[in-house]
Amino acid sequence: MDLKEKLLSSFMAFEERVDNVDSDLHNMRTESIKNFENKGFPTKKEEAWKYTSLNSVLKNDFSVFPKSDSALHYADVKKYFLHDIDTYKLVFIDGVFSSYLSSTTHDGVDVCLMSSALTKPKYKEIIDTYFNKIANTEESLTSLNTAFAVEGAFINIPNNKVADKPIEIMYLSTGNEAALMVQPRNLVIVGRNAQVQIIERHQSLNSNPVLTNSVTEIYAHERAMADYYKIQNDVPTANLIDNTYIKQEKDSIASVHTFSFGGNITRNNLNFSQNGEHIESILKGITIITDKQHVDHYTQVRHIEPNCTSHQNYKGIYNEKSTGVFNGKIYVEKEAQKTDAFQQNNNILLSDKATINAKPQLEIFADDVKCSHGCTIGQLDESAMFYMQSRGIPKKEAKALLMYAFSDEVIDSIKIPQLKHRITKLIASKLGVNIGFNL
Amino acid sequence: MLTIKDLHASVEDKEILKGINLEVKPGEVHAIMGPNGSGKSTLSSVIAGKEEYEMTDGLIALEGEDISELAPEERAHKGIFLSFQYPVEIPGVSVTNFMKTAINESRKAKGLEEMPANEMLKLIREKSELLEIDRKFLSRSLNEGFSGGEKKRNEIFQMAMLEPKLAILDETDSGLDIDALRIVANGVNKLRSKDNAVIVITHYQRLLDYIVPDFVHVLYNGKIVKSGGKELAYELEEKGYDWVKAQN
Repeated sequence: MDLKEKLLSSFMAFEERVDNVDSDLHNMRTESIKNFENKGFPTKKEEAWKYTSLNSVLKNDFSVFPKSDSALHYADVKKYFLHDIDTYKLVFIDGVFSSYLSSTTHDGVDVCLMSSALTKPKYKEIIDTYFNKIANTEESLTSLNTAFAVEGAFINIPNNKVADKPIEIMYLSTGNEAALMVQPRNLVIVGRNAQVQIIERHQSLNSNPVLTNSVTEIYAHERAMADYYKIQNDVPTANLIDNTYIKQEKDSIASVHTFSFGGNITRNNLNFSQNGEHIESILKGITIITDKQHVDHYTQVRHIEPNCTSHQNYKGIYNEKSTGVFNGKIYVEKEAQKTDAFQQNNNILLSDKATINAKPQLEIFADDVKCSHGCTIGQLDESAMFYMQSRGIPKKEAKALLMYAFSDEVIDSIKIPQLKHRITKLIASKLGVNIGFNL
Repeated sequence: MLTIKDLHASVEDKEILKGINLEVKPGEVHAIMGPNGSGKSTLSSVIAGKEEYEMTDGLIALEGEDISELAPEERAHKGIFLSFQYPVEIPGVSVTNFMKTAINESRKAKGLEEMPANEMLKLIREKSELLEIDRKFLSRSLNEGFSGGEKKRNEIFQMAMLEPKLAILDETDSGLDIDALRIVANGVNKLRSKDNAVIVITHYQRLLDYIVPDFVHVLYNGKIVKSGGKELAYELEEKGYDWVKAQN
């Protein structure tokens, strides 16, 4: 039985298990599973998946209902957290919430579980308003997630509130299953004038294959500020399909930073929709991969109203036989005059066998806009290497320094100092050097 | 200090240096002059260890040790410094961090601990004053958007920081106005001692008014065709390189 059949035949059992009488949710799930049944997993025949094939991943015999008796000690997983500052933590082990490792709150802001938000009456209005409202219901993998959505992070920052510390969302896989598929579902609501900083990470603790199909919906209301950081530094048997949908209202600022340093196949579908004037959207990423790793960034920014900006900056460093994809779509609708949309994608190929497919797409229907995109693919500058070596910096360190400098624009915009430090250290370890990069 | 014997070097199978002999002793300043295309910059790159240049024959030794097989950074650790004719722009790396990395890598190679931060700052302050460099300049990306004069001053600042045994100044005067030239030359002169040596590579005699050489060598067609004292530079300036070409 292939994975699609397995998922379809598990659906009824799943619905019985979730013990949920809400008919709206039931209908939503039924619609979603139908859509997935019709469309199935995406293949390379689809334009949006031209450069990424899931075939090798789908061959695994994934279990789709994890056992729920996995326990971990904090000491064993501490290194994956930002342990040098205080944070709220939402920790999931094999898709199941771990209250022991988590640190939730309902004090002024809600940082808690999707499962309680989906089932408790007091959240019904919020769920009715926001759940699955901006996720693309036509998209097969998003539908698949919706059909099985039961757990994940629920973050609600009411109007005029500022989350007093960053929130870490951590999905850990223990390898208790030979192969595991998890489908986390996150909902983030940032009210008017509210602010939040979120860090999301997926981490396998051994080499049993994992497939994560994650959906995150983020709402940034008027003048809200939402910063979302994704750390993707998983083991080479972990696969991640991340579907993130962000809807912004006027005067809001939302940023997503994606650090792709590991995993087997990673696909980031990042969708921004601007629904008001003077909105700022920031999409940044650093990809540093090697061996046969594959990272595909698929971004879509939709400018609907006038006087908004979007700023995309993706840096990629590809070694060995790794492959990267950057597919960035910008739509500027007819009403969206004075749009300032900027997209940049710079890549360094360190090996003859590494590949990058870069495809910027601009669809502009307004006539008074500033849109630019730039894409570069190159090797390390040999003359810069010699210059640095002649000053006593060894080749490996010189290379690392150049690559770090290449990524610096993106690192520089990380607003949490401890996270910036952590990312810097991760980059140094990816580049195999031990030098302080505080440039 | 530096011994070069019968040095032959090629780039992409084209022989550029055709048997150079040179002996530089501690405390000396040697000027190497010559027309364009005579091999001056190739000589400096070969001494510094640039990989594109293949040394096909001969010997380069520093303090009696053959360095011709060493990587550029290893030569730097042994005390060779090359001031580039065209310093490379490195966006994203500040002057300060570049120098910190260079000094600490060099110390690491010698088995020393990293230089403490306060000592490093003191050194940077001291040496930047020597070159009349504004502190703000030090936090800028290396050479990015620097004027010609700033680039060359920055090269000599790096030399001051690294305190090499042998400094090679490749066309350091090109692109400098008279004030910048004076600052750069003063900097070099203050760094001179009985234990180190300088090779000044230049097309014109102008720089040699400020950094006075003990010996002048004329490079032509990959060979040193004439050597003499500082008066040779004046003679060249007066008669032009055609004089040398005519004799060879």
